[in-house]
Amino acid sequence: MVKAVDKTKVPWWVSNAVVPLVNLTLAFIVSGLFIFISGENPYQALKLILYGSFGYLEGIGYTLYYATNFIFTGLAFAIAFHCRLFNIGGEGQAYIGGLGVFLFAFYFSALPVSIVWLLAILASMLFGAAWAIIPGYLQAYRGSHVVITTIMFNFIASALMVFLLVDVIRDRRQMGPTTEALVKEQWLPMFKNIAAYFGYKVGYSPLNISFLLAVLASFGVWFLIWRTKWGYEMRAVGHNTQAAIYAGISPKKNIILAMVISGALAGMLGVNEILGVHHKILVNFPAGYGFTGIAVALMGRNHPIGIFLASLLFGMLYQGGSEVTFDMPNITRYMFVAVQGVIILFSGALENLFRPQIEYFFVNTMKQKAVT
Amino acid sequence: MISQPILELQNVNKSFGHVQANKDISLKVNRGDIHGIIGENGAGKSTLMSIVYGFYQADSGNIKINDKIIEIKSPHESILSGIGMVHQHFMLVENFTVVENIILGFEGEFVFGEKLNQAKESLMKLCEDYNLKIDLNATISDLSVGFRQRVEILKALYRGAEILILDEPTGVLTPQEVDELFKILRSLKEQEKTIILITHKLNEIMILTDKVTVMRQGEIVGEKNTKDTTKDQLAEMMVGRSVLLRIDKRKPNIGDTVFEVKNIDVKDNLDVMRVKNVSFDLREGEILGIAGVTGNGQTELLEALTGIRQVDSGEIKLYGNIISSKNIFFDPRQLREQDVAHVPEDRQRMGLVTEFNASENLIFGYHHQQPFSKSSVMMGKNIYNHSKKIMRDYDVRPQSPFLVTSNFSGGNQQKIILSRELHKDPKVLLVGQPTRGVDIGAIEFIHQRIIDMRDKGVAVLLVSVELDEILSLADRIVVMFDGKLVGEKVNENVTDREIGLLMAGITN
Repeated sequence: MVKAVDKTKVPWWVSNAVVPLVNLTLAFIVSGLFIFISGENPYQALKLILYGSFGYLEGIGYTLYYATNFIFTGLAFAIAFHCRLFNIGGEGQAYIGGLGVFLFAFYFSALPVSIVWLLAILASMLFGAAWAIIPGYLQAYRGSHVVITTIMFNFIASALMVFLLVDVIRDRRQMGPTTEALVKEQWLPMFKNIAAYFGYKVGYSPLNISFLLAVLASFGVWFLIWRTKWGYEMRAVGHNTQAAIYAGISPKKNIILAMVISGALAGMLGVNEILGVHHKILVNFPAGYGFTGIAVALMGRNHPIGIFLASLLFGMLYQGGSEVTFDMPNITRYMFVAVQGVIILFSGALENLFRPQIEYFFVNTMKQKAVT
Repeated sequence: MISQPILELQNVNKSFGHVQANKDISLKVNRGDIHGIIGENGAGKSTLMSIVYGFYQADSGNIKINDKIIEIKSPHESILSGIGMVHQHFMLVENFTVVENIILGFEGEFVFGEKLNQAKESLMKLCEDYNLKIDLNATISDLSVGFRQRVEILKALYRGAEILILDEPTGVLTPQEVDELFKILRSLKEQEKTIILITHKLNEIMILTDKVTVMRQGEIVGEKNTKDTTKDQLAEMMVGRSVLLRIDKRKPNIGDTVFEVKNIDVKDNLDVMRVKNVSFDLREGEILGIAGVTGNGQTELLEALTGIRQVDSGEIKLYGNIISSKNIFFDPRQLREQDVAHVPEDRQRMGLVTEFNASENLIFGYHHQQPFSKSSVMMGKNIYNHSKKIMRDYDVRPQSPFLVTSNFSGGNQQKIILSRELHKDPKVLLVGQPTRGVDIGAIEFIHQRIIDMRDKGVAVLLVSVELDEILSLADRIVVMFDGKLVGEKVNENVTDREIGLLMAGITN
């Protein structure tokens, strides 16, 4: 029998690196079985995933482009979660955030580009936050559960956007429900262009400088949560509402604040998608990133570093996965939805499956080392 | 008859984290004895009994019942071995009847029928045998605390308990209810049941037990036949040195009125009126003790005074200004800025964020002030230095500001709160249950700090269910019963009997 070990003796790298890696490996082994059953070679598939996502520059570009979206939505979920709010509404907030980006870029096109970019980024945050503040308010003052209201707001966002795209901001020259494209000067610099500027020739990938914005946002979230009064108060409310009231911290204000920041981060997905890649609003452009962000945040233990790494992993699966489906006819893209599910299962739901054994093993071997 | 051990523990060890809660415990409990286990909180008594009851498993060591080694992996197995436990916090379903609670988990069949009647019959017989007066069809929520405890005892007996473990059974009872409980325990003893009584109250040990085991810091430091020992001796063994059971304090030097409470009514979250037409003054340099059994409105009163709960009618004035009335309401932060310090009744629920590390909790409620934060950025270095200093001053152990608070013992958690609330030299100190679940060494320390504050001219309001605490600290005593203040006494020649009657609502 494995006995529970003294948690304070477990080195940080065991609980934060070894355990997740073991879980991930298991997830890959189980996924490999799926692939084997489908009649393909799991080893070849893994090689394709790795090559497809990190083996050449364009592949890396795609991986990081996907990761950018996951970082925004993952951070959005995480910050609300530190206040114990389950913000399921990242998808809708991102959708509305994208609307903000487009409207500002489109209607302020007379302004200098750098100012338009700044305004568009602010608009993405503002619109995302506005979409989150209503559920936040309802939770804080009316006790309507934020899970329910944010889910409903996803549907409302979706319906609203379809209405706008069909009847209000549609490009009348087009049959489909899309807007006009932004002028080319407003497009965010692509990785390809930046590489070309330094004399490297790289093929197309959707990676653009929003990735840097995501990295910046990660740092900002870390600072906010652990180094500011607001983060301190949000965490206090999240852990123990009664104690927060005792300390003169208003749970209501902090619930709204956490939702606002969460919505703002989700909204920034619009910067990557609208200003960076599509340059116009497509129907349902958030394409599930808002929901996957939940898994990313949980896998990254709601810490910006963890979220960054989990985003890379999911980016790798998206990009490498599409290469595999291209090369292996027996594997459909739904297989990779299943693979994601397995990863979430092992690193989320079954996170503690082998933790006691692993911790026991390391603590024990270290003890023996200390003895000898 | 030669008494033989019914329960024997051999070399039991148990640790949590880096804290060894039980060190090499060997213990024999004889059949038909009332065996007391006494020790400071954190001495490992409750842990030891939780091992016997199967909540925890020992890291090493054996448990023997009737000379046979048994392995207890869960409470279910310990029940089968004839062990019953009455917890400090009762484990009853409030909206079930007594019978329903007792057969819970042992219903036996899918549809209630014959079994339920059988159960009722055997319960009635048990009640008769042990002189337990309980209405089996009463709903738990209608029963007083004393009766609920009887239900727990009956539950254990129904499940065939030969050994009954009681964890701090008198903590929530009035003195009169305690007497009743002791009668029941004696009649159980007459019927050859074995009783293990965990307590930190010396009186109970002296009155009730045959043998007593003293624990300190996870170890057994002595075992005595009760008739061969004295309270002082036991107290000394518990603490490892002699302690003053009564604190020396000077006459109070009373100054101006700080708090004026006038005819306040306070409702709880369920809209039930918990404080009814209460008025009193609190003055500088005195300790006003509010005695009473848990749940008579003390919690809501304290919350109203500290800005957590608004009064429903009446008014509270601080330094002559209204801070709470129907229309005016100051929140805890505003009151803290007016030098009102508050040590809440329930440290885990309210006083601390147990997931925070010690340094984060040491600034809790003051975190928005300089030097802990400047323009909303937390000043890590200042917080660390402050924590280091304060942990040294108040002897918080271990002195690690970054250790997560839940890893500190109850006494040290309480010291974290106390040091935080006292560090800014408050003018008013509102304290609820300052020593609940705190060991004797720390109790002495905490009491001394409270007296020191009084001597410095601070107005102190002490809410406590520990009568001894009120009697040894307060200058004036009021008793709270059913939301009202009954009787006010100057603390000279007041007996615990007198206060006890008031606590039970008997005013004449």
